Amino acid sequence: MTFVRNPKDFWAGFLFMAFGLGALLMARNYDMGTALRMGPAFFPTMLGALLTLIGVVSVVRSLLTQGVKVNRMALKEMALVVGASLLFGLLVRGAGIAISIVVLVMISGLASIKFKVAPFLGVAIGMAIFISLVFVKALGLQLPIFGSWFGY
Amino acid sequence: MEIFSNLALGFDTAFTLSNLLYCLIGVLVGTAIGVLPGLGPTATVAILLPLTFSLNPIPALIMLSGIYYGAQYGGSTTAILVNLPGESSSVVTAIDGYQMARKGQAGKALASAAIGSFVAGSIATFVIALFAPPLADVALEFGPAEYFSLMVLGLVASIVLASGSLLRAVGMVVLGLLFGIVGTDVNSGAQRFTFGIPELSEGVDFVVVAMGMFGLGEIISNLENQRGRSVLSSKIEGLMPTKDDLKRIVAPVLRGTALGSVLGILPGGGAMLSSFASYALEKKMSKNSSEFGKGAIEGVAGPESANNAGAQTSFIPMLTLGIPSNPVMALMIGAMMIQGIQPGPTVMTSQPALFWGIIASMWIGNFFLIVLNLPLIGLWVRMIMVPYHFLYPGILVFCAIGVFSLSNSAFDIVLMSLFGIFGYVCTKLEMEPAPMLLGLIIGPMMEEYLRRALLLSDADPMVFVQRPVSATMLALAALAIGIVLMPSLSKKRQEAFAE
Repeated sequence: MTFVRNPKDFWAGFLFMAFGLGALLMARNYDMGTALRMGPAFFPTMLGALLTLIGVVSVVRSLLTQGVKVNRMALKEMALVVGASLLFGLLVRGAGIAISIVVLVMISGLASIKFKVAPFLGVAIGMAIFISLVFVKALGLQLPIFGSWFGY
Repeated sequence: MEIFSNLALGFDTAFTLSNLLYCLIGVLVGTAIGVLPGLGPTATVAILLPLTFSLNPIPALIMLSGIYYGAQYGGSTTAILVNLPGESSSVVTAIDGYQMARKGQAGKALASAAIGSFVAGSIATFVIALFAPPLADVALEFGPAEYFSLMVLGLVASIVLASGSLLRAVGMVVLGLLFGIVGTDVNSGAQRFTFGIPELSEGVDFVVVAMGMFGLGEIISNLENQRGRSVLSSKIEGLMPTKDDLKRIVAPVLRGTALGSVLGILPGGGAMLSSFASYALEKKMSKNSSEFGKGAIEGVAGPESANNAGAQTSFIPMLTLGIPSNPVMALMIGAMMIQGIQPGPTVMTSQPALFWGIIASMWIGNFFLIVLNLPLIGLWVRMIMVPYHFLYPGILVFCAIGVFSLSNSAFDIVLMSLFGIFGYVCTKLEMEPAPMLLGLIIGPMMEEYLRRALLLSDADPMVFVQRPVSATMLALAALAIGIVLMPSLSKKRQEAFAE
């Protein structure tokens, strides 16, 4: 897309437009009401229209002004960090926080260029013990140290 | 004098052994996490929020305030020692502070930052005690139209002060307002933007968004370029500034305090604006202005006082109007709601012990900061030196545990992950998350006040300009936008942020 001279403006505008139009479309299913008695669609429609407009302006501006290009996304790092968090969410009820923390640290650790199993396992176990002692035992947060899979 | 009896009540509340302890723990933990490179006050407060979930409202808020000051101070320490400011408010400190550290005057820089912060914090405590009650009285007179306009002004201010593209900041605010609407509409009971997911019917929790964007998003962008960081390994000595140094910082500290106290009250103000303004002022006022940028002690003491004063007086609009002026205050409002307190002008009369207790604990927190932080500096330095590849999995654990403990829901973790991706994309596109977070918390309130204002005025939108207070605030908002849109000034704004 050579005619886009300011990619950051372009993509930001694209995102705003996507969210704005999405809000506008979805708000059509709700009751608009009147200005006197605003329905659930009233405010979202206003905001959606405004956001779409901002998006359009941003996209138009991206064609007119010069900007720096967006460098490559760190997709591998993103996948590991986000994947580790999701896995934590998946495991936490069944396995409990201790095991989930170890999994979270080890998988997200893979995103580092300095990853080595032994020291990261140390951090993982240390964190698991620390959180169990401080958050669960001392502060009394209702979290399962070991989850339902272990009969708790 | 009512102010003294009020403060007495506050100190009475704060001076119980357990509250003192919570304040102390808050300050210590806040500093410990706040010194970690890349973690600013907002991220620190968000990460440590779960620590307070099991506490009663008063100790919880006392501890959170302590965490906030600690984080603020910790951030300055990192800015001085490794030139890695965690958040924009300590960017200015890094300029001269790091230069001082390179000249072997790290101790002096840290001490003058601490002394400045303490003086500023003490004065700002009085400013709050003095100005909060009358402001709350005024606020009780506000109708929905005034509140709506005030929110517009606050959001506009946060846009004007955001660094980077103005247009993108506006977009982020509107997007935040939209995210704020997700969930059950309080008036009609309609499910909005919930995609049929039951967990979403209670709305998007601001803690989830904050941890996603400031926690996960930050981590991913830090992992993008993994290079070694240089930490000053030389020993920090000569903590105490000389008499001569003290003489040099008196005026900057006082000017910074005054500036910060005023700017902190403004919607959208707070720590960042205050420190930038103070640095500019000191550079103009100082006899040694040529030293600025090369390690001028005034360039550390002034902005540090200003940002602490601003951080503290930004509690005023939060406590009296229930409107956050920056993301940390948005988190505070969220924390109050978790505790079952609706922030607003009535808090002061319905919960005087809570209100004055928080204010008194601010001074106590600042006292702990100066007493403990200088002796503990060795510990903080060790915290800074924890390599990032061990640090970020730990931060992730705190985020995950914090979000999960909100309501023991795995869905919140999924949501946090999504906002993590979104936060990373935003960083790439230079879209600032702070205005979005403000929009998120203000969204539902704004809709409600708009609804009520229109209902009371028979759907006449002119109500916002016919009522004088409301009109004034809208005019100020328009003025602020007008000023930044003027081409000559927008260039200056860019220069100011580039500095």
